[in-house]
Amino acid sequence: MKEPAQEWLAQALPQVEADPHAIHRLFPQAERRGGPGARRALLGALHGHHAVIHSLYEAGDSGERLAILTALHELDLEGTAVGLVEDALRTNDARLVAAALGPYGSAWLDDHSFRQGVLKCVFMSIPLAAVAELDRRFDAELARMLSDYAAELRAAGRPVPRDVLERI
Amino acid sequence: MRIFDPHIHMTSRTTDDYQRMHAAGVRAVVEPAFWLGQPRTNVGSFLDYFDALLGWEPYRAAQYGIHHHCALALNPKEANDPRCAGVLAELPRYLLKDSVVAVGEVGYDSMTAEEERAFEAQLALAQENDLPVLVHTPHRDKAAGTRRTLDVVRAAGIPPVRVLIDHLNEMTVGMVADSGCWMGFSIYPDTKMDPDRMVALLKEYGTDRMLVNSAADWGRSDPLKTRQVADVMLAAGFGEDDVDQVLWRNPVAFYGQSGRLDLAAGSEAGPDYAGNTIKRG
Repeated sequence: MKEPAQEWLAQALPQVEADPHAIHRLFPQAERRGGPGARRALLGALHGHHAVIHSLYEAGDSGERLAILTALHELDLEGTAVGLVEDALRTNDARLVAAALGPYGSAWLDDHSFRQGVLKCVFMSIPLAAVAELDRRFDAELARMLSDYAAELRAAGRPVPRDVLERI
Repeated sequence: MRIFDPHIHMTSRTTDDYQRMHAAGVRAVVEPAFWLGQPRTNVGSFLDYFDALLGWEPYRAAQYGIHHHCALALNPKEANDPRCAGVLAELPRYLLKDSVVAVGEVGYDSMTAEEERAFEAQLALAQENDLPVLVHTPHRDKAAGTRRTLDVVRAAGIPPVRVLIDHLNEMTVGMVADSGCWMGFSIYPDTKMDPDRMVALLKEYGTDRMLVNSAADWGRSDPLKTRQVADVMLAAGFGEDDVDQVLWRNPVAFYGQSGRLDLAAGSEAGPDYAGNTIKRG
Protein backbone atom coordinates (compact mmCIF):
# COMPACT_ATOMS: atom_id res chain seq x y z
CA MET A 1 0.00 0.00 0.00
CA LYS A 2 1.27 3.44 -0.93
CA GLU A 3 0.82 6.47 1.27
CA PRO A 4 -2.04 8.74 0.10
CA ALA A 5 0.45 11.39 -1.05
CA GLN A 6 2.45 8.89 -3.10
CA GLU A 7 -0.77 7.52 -4.52
CA TRP A 8 -1.91 11.02 -5.53
CA LEU A 9 1.37 11.75 -7.29
CA ALA A 10 1.43 8.34 -8.96
CA GLN A 11 -1.95 9.13 -10.49
CA ALA A 12 -1.12 12.74 -11.34
CA LEU A 13 2.13 12.17 -13.25
CA PRO A 14 0.66 10.05 -16.10
CA GLN A 15 -2.11 12.62 -16.53
CA VAL A 16 0.50 15.32 -17.19
CA GLU A 17 2.51 12.99 -19.45
CA ALA A 18 -0.63 12.35 -21.50
CA ASP A 19 -1.80 15.99 -21.56
CA PRO A 20 0.50 18.80 -20.37
CA HIS A 21 -2.52 21.06 -19.76
CA ALA A 22 -3.72 18.68 -17.04
CA ILE A 23 -1.06 20.29 -14.83
CA HIS A 24 -3.13 23.47 -14.45
CA ARG A 25 -5.57 21.72 -12.13
CA LEU A 26 -3.00 19.48 -10.43
CA PHE A 27 -0.15 21.91 -9.71
CA PRO A 28 -1.96 24.21 -7.21
CA GLN A 29 -2.97 21.24 -5.02
CA ALA A 30 0.23 19.27 -5.50
CA GLU A 31 2.07 20.11 -2.28
CA ARG A 32 -0.89 19.56 0.06
CA ARG A 33 -2.03 16.37 -1.69
CA GLY A 34 1.15 14.95 -3.17
CA GLY A 35 3.60 16.03 -0.48
CA PRO A 36 6.89 17.94 -0.64
CA GLY A 37 8.56 17.68 -4.02
CA ALA A 38 5.31 16.90 -5.88
CA ARG A 39 5.38 20.19 -7.78
CA ARG A 40 8.92 19.59 -8.95
CA ALA A 41 7.97 16.09 -10.12
CA LEU A 42 4.98 17.42 -12.09
CA LEU A 43 7.15 20.08 -13.75
CA GLY A 44 9.55 17.36 -14.84
CA ALA A 45 6.68 15.55 -16.54
CA LEU A 46 6.19 18.60 -18.81
CA HIS A 47 9.45 17.84 -20.68
CA GLY A 48 10.28 21.49 -21.28
CA HIS A 49 6.84 22.58 -22.55
CA HIS A 50 7.63 26.26 -22.11
CA ALA A 51 4.21 27.65 -23.06
CA VAL A 52 2.55 25.61 -20.30
CA ILE A 53 5.26 26.58 -17.81
CA HIS A 54 4.68 30.25 -18.66
CA SER A 55 0.92 30.07 -18.15
CA LEU A 56 1.36 27.98 -15.01
CA TYR A 57 3.64 30.65 -13.56
CA GLU A 58 1.29 33.47 -14.49
CA ALA A 59 -1.64 31.70 -12.81
CA GLY A 60 0.41 30.62 -9.80
CA ASP A 61 0.37 31.81 -6.21
CA SER A 62 3.68 32.55 -4.46
CA GLY A 63 4.28 28.91 -3.54
CA GLU A 64 3.71 27.74 -7.10
CA ARG A 65 5.91 30.47 -8.54
CA LEU A 66 8.66 29.62 -6.09
CA ALA A 67 8.48 25.95 -7.08
CA ILE A 68 8.79 26.90 -10.76
CA LEU A 69 11.64 29.38 -10.26
CA THR A 70 13.72 26.93 -8.25
CA ALA A 71 13.23 24.17 -10.84
CA LEU A 72 13.79 26.18 -14.04
CA HIS A 73 17.38 25.04 -14.56
CA GLU A 74 16.28 21.40 -14.61
CA LEU A 75 13.50 21.83 -17.17
CA ASP A 76 15.32 21.98 -20.54
CA LEU A 77 14.02 25.45 -21.31
CA GLU A 78 17.12 27.09 -22.78
CA GLY A 79 16.52 30.86 -22.49
CA THR A 80 12.74 30.76 -22.99
CA ALA A 81 11.87 31.36 -19.34
CA VAL A 82 14.00 34.44 -18.68
CA GLY A 83 10.79 36.53 -18.71
CA LEU A 84 9.58 34.65 -15.64
CA VAL A 85 12.80 35.45 -13.81
CA GLU A 86 12.45 39.10 -14.75
CA ASP A 87 8.86 39.05 -13.45
CA ALA A 88 10.03 37.64 -10.12
CA LEU A 89 12.69 40.36 -9.88
CA ARG A 90 9.92 43.00 -10.13
CA THR A 91 8.26 41.70 -6.94
CA ASN A 92 9.12 42.68 -3.39
CA ASP A 93 8.92 39.12 -2.10
CA ALA A 94 12.40 38.13 -0.93
CA ARG A 95 11.70 34.44 -1.54
CA LEU A 96 10.91 35.08 -5.21
CA VAL A 97 13.77 37.52 -5.74
CA ALA A 98 16.27 35.06 -4.24
CA ALA A 99 14.90 32.21 -6.35
CA ALA A 100 15.10 34.38 -9.48
CA LEU A 101 18.87 34.60 -8.96
CA GLY A 102 19.25 30.84 -8.73
CA PRO A 103 21.08 28.74 -11.35
CA TYR A 104 18.65 29.58 -14.17
CA GLY A 105 18.65 33.35 -13.65
CA SER A 106 22.40 33.37 -13.27
CA ALA A 107 22.76 31.46 -16.54
CA TRP A 108 20.35 33.51 -18.65
CA LEU A 109 19.86 37.06 -17.30
CA ASP A 110 21.69 39.74 -19.26
CA ASP A 111 24.43 41.67 -17.47
CA HIS A 112 22.31 44.70 -16.64
CA SER A 113 19.40 42.68 -15.21
CA PHE A 114 21.74 40.41 -13.29
CA ARG A 115 23.58 43.35 -11.65
CA GLN A 116 20.28 45.04 -10.76
CA GLY A 117 19.08 41.74 -9.30
CA VAL A 118 22.17 41.40 -7.11
CA LEU A 119 21.80 44.98 -5.89
CA LYS A 120 18.14 44.33 -5.14
CA CYS A 121 19.22 41.37 -3.00
CA VAL A 122 21.46 43.68 -0.98
CA PHE A 123 18.56 46.12 -0.55
CA MET A 124 16.29 43.30 0.63
CA SER A 125 18.90 41.84 3.00
CA ILE A 126 19.04 38.63 0.99
CA PRO A 127 22.50 37.14 1.62
CA LEU A 128 24.62 37.21 -1.53
CA ALA A 129 25.30 33.52 -0.92
CA ALA A 130 21.81 33.00 -2.35
CA VAL A 131 22.96 34.21 -5.78
CA ALA A 132 24.08 31.31 -7.97
CA GLU A 133 27.47 31.61 -9.66
CA LEU A 134 28.09 35.11 -8.41
CA ASP A 135 31.85 34.67 -8.82
CA ARG A 136 31.48 33.84 -12.52
CA ARG A 137 29.13 36.79 -13.20
CA PHE A 138 30.81 39.32 -10.95
CA ASP A 139 32.33 42.20 -12.97
CA ALA A 140 33.82 45.67 -12.52
CA GLU A 141 30.46 47.40 -13.05
CA LEU A 142 28.77 45.35 -10.32
CA ALA A 143 31.71 46.11 -8.01
CA ARG A 144 31.24 49.82 -8.71
CA MET A 145 27.50 49.63 -8.00
CA LEU A 146 28.10 47.87 -4.68
CA SER A 147 30.83 50.37 -3.73
CA ASP A 148 28.53 53.29 -4.44
CA TYR A 149 25.81 51.68 -2.35
CA ALA A 150 28.27 51.12 0.50
CA ALA A 151 29.20 54.82 0.31
CA GLU A 152 25.48 55.73 0.57
CA LEU A 153 25.13 53.54 3.64
CA ARG A 154 28.19 55.06 5.30
CA ALA A 155 26.93 58.58 4.57
CA ALA A 156 23.68 57.67 6.31
CA GLY A 157 25.51 56.16 9.27
CA ARG A 158 24.20 52.67 8.52
CA PRO A 159 26.26 49.48 8.62
CA VAL A 160 27.51 47.96 5.36
CA PRO A 161 26.63 44.24 5.19
CA ARG A 162 29.65 41.98 5.55
CA ASP A 163 29.01 40.12 2.28
CA VAL A 164 29.03 43.46 0.44
CA LEU A 165 32.29 44.53 2.10
CA GLU A 166 33.86 41.28 0.97
CA ARG A 167 33.07 42.09 -2.65
CA ILE A 168 34.32 45.68 -2.88
CA MET B 1 -4.05 35.54 24.58
CA ARG B 2 -4.24 34.31 20.98
CA ILE B 3 -6.65 35.93 18.54
CA PHE B 4 -7.85 34.80 15.10
CA ASP B 5 -9.65 37.57 13.19
CA PRO B 6 -11.93 35.60 10.85
CA HIS B 7 -12.83 38.57 8.64
CA ILE B 8 -10.51 41.50 8.01
CA HIS B 9 -9.62 43.38 4.82
CA MET B 10 -5.89 43.86 5.30
CA THR B 11 -5.50 45.16 1.74
CA SER B 12 -6.90 48.44 3.00
CA ARG B 13 -4.67 48.57 6.10
CA THR B 14 -1.09 49.68 6.59
CA THR B 15 1.86 47.54 7.58
CA ASP B 16 1.83 49.33 10.95
CA ASP B 17 -1.55 47.72 11.61
CA TYR B 18 0.00 44.25 11.34
CA GLN B 19 2.53 45.30 13.97
CA ARG B 20 -0.18 46.62 16.32
CA MET B 21 -2.34 43.55 15.75
CA HIS B 22 0.49 41.22 16.67
CA ALA B 23 1.17 43.23 19.82
CA ALA B 24 -2.53 42.84 20.74
CA GLY B 25 -2.41 39.06 20.33
CA VAL B 26 -3.60 38.55 16.75
CA ARG B 27 -1.81 35.52 15.27
CA ALA B 28 -4.08 34.58 12.36
CA VAL B 29 -6.47 36.30 9.96
CA VAL B 30 -8.76 35.39 7.11
CA GLU B 31 -9.18 38.08 4.47
CA PRO B 32 -12.31 37.65 2.38
CA ALA B 33 -12.41 39.16 -1.09
CA PHE B 34 -14.39 42.37 -1.31
CA TRP B 35 -14.38 45.69 -3.13
CA LEU B 36 -11.61 48.26 -3.58
CA GLY B 37 -13.37 51.33 -2.21
CA GLN B 38 -14.22 52.24 -5.77
CA PRO B 39 -16.00 49.89 -8.20
CA ARG B 40 -13.88 47.68 -10.45
CA THR B 41 -14.52 47.91 -14.17
CA ASN B 42 -13.06 44.65 -15.48
CA VAL B 43 -12.17 41.07 -14.60
CA GLY B 44 -8.41 41.68 -14.69
CA SER B 45 -8.77 44.02 -11.74
CA PHE B 46 -10.14 41.09 -9.71
CA LEU B 47 -7.35 38.78 -10.78
CA ASP B 48 -4.59 41.13 -9.64
CA TYR B 49 -6.47 41.52 -6.35
CA PHE B 50 -6.81 37.75 -5.89
CA ASP B 51 -3.11 37.37 -6.68
CA ALA B 52 -2.31 39.92 -3.96
CA LEU B 53 -4.47 38.02 -1.45
CA LEU B 54 -2.53 34.86 -2.34
CA GLY B 55 0.91 36.45 -2.52
CA TRP B 56 1.71 39.84 -1.12
CA GLU B 57 -0.69 39.89 1.85
CA PRO B 58 0.35 36.53 3.38
CA TYR B 59 3.97 37.57 2.84
CA ARG B 60 3.44 40.94 4.53
CA ALA B 61 1.48 39.34 7.40
CA ALA B 62 4.07 36.62 8.01
CA GLN B 63 6.73 39.23 8.65
CA TYR B 64 4.73 40.35 11.65
CA GLY B 65 4.08 36.84 12.93
CA ILE B 66 0.53 36.61 11.57
CA HIS B 67 -0.85 33.71 9.50
CA HIS B 68 -2.87 35.02 6.57
CA HIS B 69 -5.43 32.94 4.66
CA CYS B 70 -8.14 34.18 2.34
CA ALA B 71 -11.64 33.57 1.07
CA LEU B 72 -12.23 34.32 -2.61
CA ALA B 73 -15.43 35.28 -4.42
CA LEU B 74 -17.23 37.80 -6.55
CA ASN B 75 -18.56 40.12 -3.84
CA PRO B 76 -22.26 41.06 -3.62
CA LYS B 77 -21.80 44.74 -4.53
CA GLU B 78 -19.99 44.03 -7.78
CA ALA B 79 -22.18 41.05 -8.70
CA ASN B 80 -24.53 43.68 -10.16
CA ASP B 81 -21.99 44.95 -12.69
CA PRO B 82 -22.00 42.96 -15.96
CA ARG B 83 -18.41 44.07 -16.60
CA CYS B 84 -17.30 42.03 -13.57
CA ALA B 85 -19.47 38.92 -13.94
CA GLY B 86 -16.74 37.16 -15.94
CA VAL B 87 -14.76 36.64 -12.75
CA LEU B 88 -17.09 33.75 -11.89
CA ALA B 89 -15.48 31.79 -14.72
CA GLU B 90 -12.00 32.45 -13.24
CA LEU B 91 -12.88 31.44 -9.69
CA PRO B 92 -12.61 27.65 -10.07
CA ARG B 93 -8.86 27.80 -10.72
CA TYR B 94 -8.34 30.14 -7.77
CA LEU B 95 -10.34 27.98 -5.38
CA LEU B 96 -7.67 25.27 -5.72
CA LYS B 97 -4.96 27.38 -4.07
CA ASP B 98 -3.39 26.32 -0.77
CA SER B 99 -4.25 29.41 1.25
CA VAL B 100 -7.90 29.63 0.14
CA VAL B 101 -9.93 28.39 3.12
CA ALA B 102 -13.44 29.47 2.05
CA VAL B 103 -15.58 30.97 -0.66
CA GLY B 104 -16.50 34.52 0.34
CA GLU B 105 -17.81 36.96 0.87
CA VAL B 106 -20.94 36.12 -1.05
CA GLY B 107 -24.57 37.06 -0.42
CA TYR B 108 -26.80 40.08 -0.86
CA ASP B 109 -26.07 43.80 -0.95
CA SER B 110 -29.10 45.36 -2.64
CA MET B 111 -31.09 42.12 -2.95
CA THR B 112 -31.10 42.01 -6.75
CA ALA B 113 -31.64 39.06 -9.09
CA GLU B 114 -28.01 39.38 -10.28
CA GLU B 115 -26.75 39.12 -6.70
CA GLU B 116 -28.88 36.05 -6.14
CA ARG B 117 -27.52 34.33 -9.27
CA ALA B 118 -23.92 35.01 -8.22
CA PHE B 119 -24.69 33.88 -4.65
CA GLU B 120 -26.21 30.58 -5.80
CA ALA B 121 -23.47 29.92 -8.35
CA GLN B 122 -20.81 30.44 -5.68
CA LEU B 123 -22.54 28.21 -3.13
CA ALA B 124 -22.32 25.51 -5.79
CA LEU B 125 -18.62 26.28 -6.36
CA ALA B 126 -18.00 25.92 -2.62
CA GLN B 127 -19.56 22.48 -2.61
CA GLU B 128 -17.61 21.39 -5.70
CA ASN B 129 -14.37 22.49 -4.07
CA ASP B 130 -15.20 21.17 -0.60
CA LEU B 131 -14.87 24.65 0.93
CA PRO B 132 -16.91 26.40 3.63
CA VAL B 133 -18.67 29.67 2.77
CA LEU B 134 -18.54 33.14 4.33
CA VAL B 135 -21.83 34.93 3.71
CA HIS B 136 -22.20 38.71 3.98
CA THR B 137 -25.61 39.98 5.10
CA PRO B 138 -26.89 43.28 3.71
CA HIS B 139 -26.60 46.42 5.81
CA ARG B 140 -29.81 47.85 4.36
CA ASP B 141 -33.00 45.87 5.07
CA LYS B 142 -30.87 43.48 7.13
CA ALA B 143 -33.51 41.29 8.76
CA ALA B 144 -35.36 40.56 5.50
CA GLY B 145 -32.03 40.05 3.73
CA THR B 146 -30.80 37.62 6.38
CA ARG B 147 -34.04 35.61 6.19
CA ARG B 148 -33.72 35.36 2.42
CA THR B 149 -30.02 34.47 2.77
CA LEU B 150 -30.93 31.52 4.98
CA ASP B 151 -33.57 30.39 2.44
CA VAL B 152 -30.98 30.40 -0.36
CA VAL B 153 -28.47 28.48 1.81
CA ARG B 154 -31.11 25.86 2.69
CA ALA B 155 -32.19 25.50 -0.94
CA ALA B 156 -28.55 25.00 -2.03
CA GLY B 157 -28.36 21.93 0.20
CA ILE B 158 -25.05 22.97 1.74
CA PRO B 159 -24.69 21.74 5.34
CA PRO B 160 -25.27 24.67 7.77
CA VAL B 161 -22.10 23.74 9.67
CA ARG B 162 -20.13 24.80 6.57
CA VAL B 163 -21.73 28.25 6.41
CA LEU B 164 -20.81 31.39 8.36
CA ILE B 165 -23.43 34.16 8.23
CA ASP B 166 -21.71 37.46 8.99
CA HIS B 167 -22.47 41.02 10.10
CA LEU B 168 -25.22 39.86 12.45
CA ASN B 169 -26.82 41.97 15.18
CA GLU B 170 -29.57 41.74 17.80
CA MET B 171 -32.23 41.61 15.07
CA THR B 172 -30.72 38.75 13.08
CA VAL B 173 -28.76 36.53 15.48
CA GLY B 174 -31.77 34.47 16.56
CA MET B 175 -32.73 33.16 13.13
CA VAL B 176 -29.13 32.22 12.34
CA ALA B 177 -28.72 30.49 15.73
CA ASP B 178 -31.78 28.39 14.84
CA SER B 179 -30.44 27.57 11.35
CA GLY B 180 -27.34 25.72 12.57
CA CYS B 181 -25.04 28.06 10.63
CA TRP B 182 -22.07 29.76 12.34
CA MET B 183 -22.73 33.32 13.53
CA GLY B 184 -20.35 36.17 12.68
CA PHE B 185 -20.28 39.65 14.20
CA SER B 186 -18.35 42.65 12.93
CA ILE B 187 -17.30 45.06 15.66
CA TYR B 188 -16.99 48.65 14.48
CA PRO B 189 -16.32 52.00 16.14
CA ASP B 190 -19.66 53.57 15.10
CA THR B 191 -21.77 51.16 13.10
CA LYS B 192 -22.48 47.40 13.11
CA MET B 193 -21.78 45.91 16.59
CA ASP B 194 -19.79 47.28 19.55
CA PRO B 195 -17.91 45.27 22.23
CA ASP B 196 -20.51 45.73 25.00
CA ARG B 197 -23.46 44.69 22.83
CA MET B 198 -21.37 41.77 21.55
CA VAL B 199 -20.71 40.51 25.05
CA ALA B 200 -24.43 40.83 25.87
CA LEU B 201 -25.18 38.55 22.90
CA LEU B 202 -22.53 36.06 24.03
CA LYS B 203 -24.25 35.95 27.44
CA GLU B 204 -27.62 35.36 25.81
CA TYR B 205 -26.63 32.91 23.07
CA GLY B 206 -23.51 31.27 24.52
CA THR B 207 -20.12 30.89 22.89
CA ASP B 208 -20.74 27.97 20.49
CA ARG B 209 -20.67 28.77 16.74
CA MET B 210 -19.98 32.44 17.58
CA LEU B 211 -17.24 34.35 15.71
CA VAL B 212 -16.12 37.92 16.29
CA ASN B 213 -14.28 39.98 13.69
CA SER B 214 -13.08 43.53 13.15
CA ALA B 215 -13.89 43.43 9.40
CA ALA B 216 -11.52 46.39 9.25
CA ASP B 217 -11.63 47.87 5.76
CA TRP B 218 -11.85 51.22 3.97
CA GLY B 219 -14.41 52.66 6.36
CA ARG B 220 -13.87 53.90 9.91
CA SER B 221 -12.84 50.63 11.50
CA ASP B 222 -10.30 49.24 13.94
CA PRO B 223 -8.25 46.05 13.54
CA LEU B 224 -7.93 45.81 17.34
CA LYS B 225 -11.67 45.43 17.98
CA THR B 226 -11.26 41.68 18.41
CA ARG B 227 -8.94 42.30 21.36
CA GLN B 228 -11.39 44.80 22.85
CA VAL B 229 -14.14 42.19 22.78
CA ALA B 230 -11.83 39.74 24.56
CA ASP B 231 -11.09 42.32 27.25
CA VAL B 232 -14.78 43.16 27.73
CA MET B 233 -15.60 39.44 27.90
CA LEU B 234 -13.09 38.96 30.72
CA ALA B 235 -14.36 42.05 32.55
CA ALA B 236 -17.92 40.70 32.24
CA GLY B 237 -17.02 37.45 33.94
CA PHE B 238 -16.23 35.15 31.02
CA GLY B 239 -13.22 32.89 31.59
CA GLU B 240 -10.04 32.72 29.52
CA ASP B 241 -11.23 29.47 27.99
CA ASP B 242 -14.42 31.18 26.73
CA VAL B 243 -12.32 33.93 25.17
CA ASP B 244 -10.07 31.35 23.54
CA GLN B 245 -13.09 29.51 22.15
CA VAL B 246 -14.68 32.59 20.56
CA LEU B 247 -11.50 34.30 19.40
CA TRP B 248 -9.40 31.31 18.38
CA ARG B 249 -10.95 27.83 18.45
CA ASN B 250 -14.22 28.75 16.71
CA PRO B 251 -12.54 30.33 13.65
CA VAL B 252 -10.04 27.44 13.54
CA ALA B 253 -12.92 24.93 13.62
CA PHE B 254 -14.91 26.76 10.94
CA TYR B 255 -12.13 27.44 8.42
CA GLY B 256 -10.39 24.17 9.35
CA GLN B 257 -13.19 22.41 7.48
CA SER B 258 -11.32 23.39 4.29
CA GLY B 259 -8.45 21.08 5.24
CA ARG B 260 -6.13 23.91 4.18
CA LEU B 261 -5.75 26.00 7.33
CA ASP B 262 -2.02 25.98 8.07
CA LEU B 263 -1.19 27.43 11.49
CA ALA B 264 2.06 25.54 11.98
CA ALA B 265 4.83 27.36 13.80
CA GLY B 266 7.17 29.31 11.59
CA SER B 267 5.15 32.40 10.99
CA GLU B 268 6.77 33.98 14.04
CA ALA B 269 10.01 34.46 12.15
CA GLY B 270 8.42 34.72 8.74
CA PRO B 271 9.60 33.37 5.40
CA ASP B 272 11.92 36.30 4.94
CA TYR B 273 15.43 37.41 5.51
CA ALA B 274 16.23 39.58 8.47
CA GLY B 275 15.36 43.19 7.78
CA ASN B 276 13.56 42.78 4.46
CA THR B 277 12.26 45.71 2.43
CA ILE B 278 9.02 46.10 4.34
CA LYS B 279 10.74 46.44 7.65
CA ARG B 280 13.49 48.61 6.21
CA GLY B 281 11.20 50.72 4.07
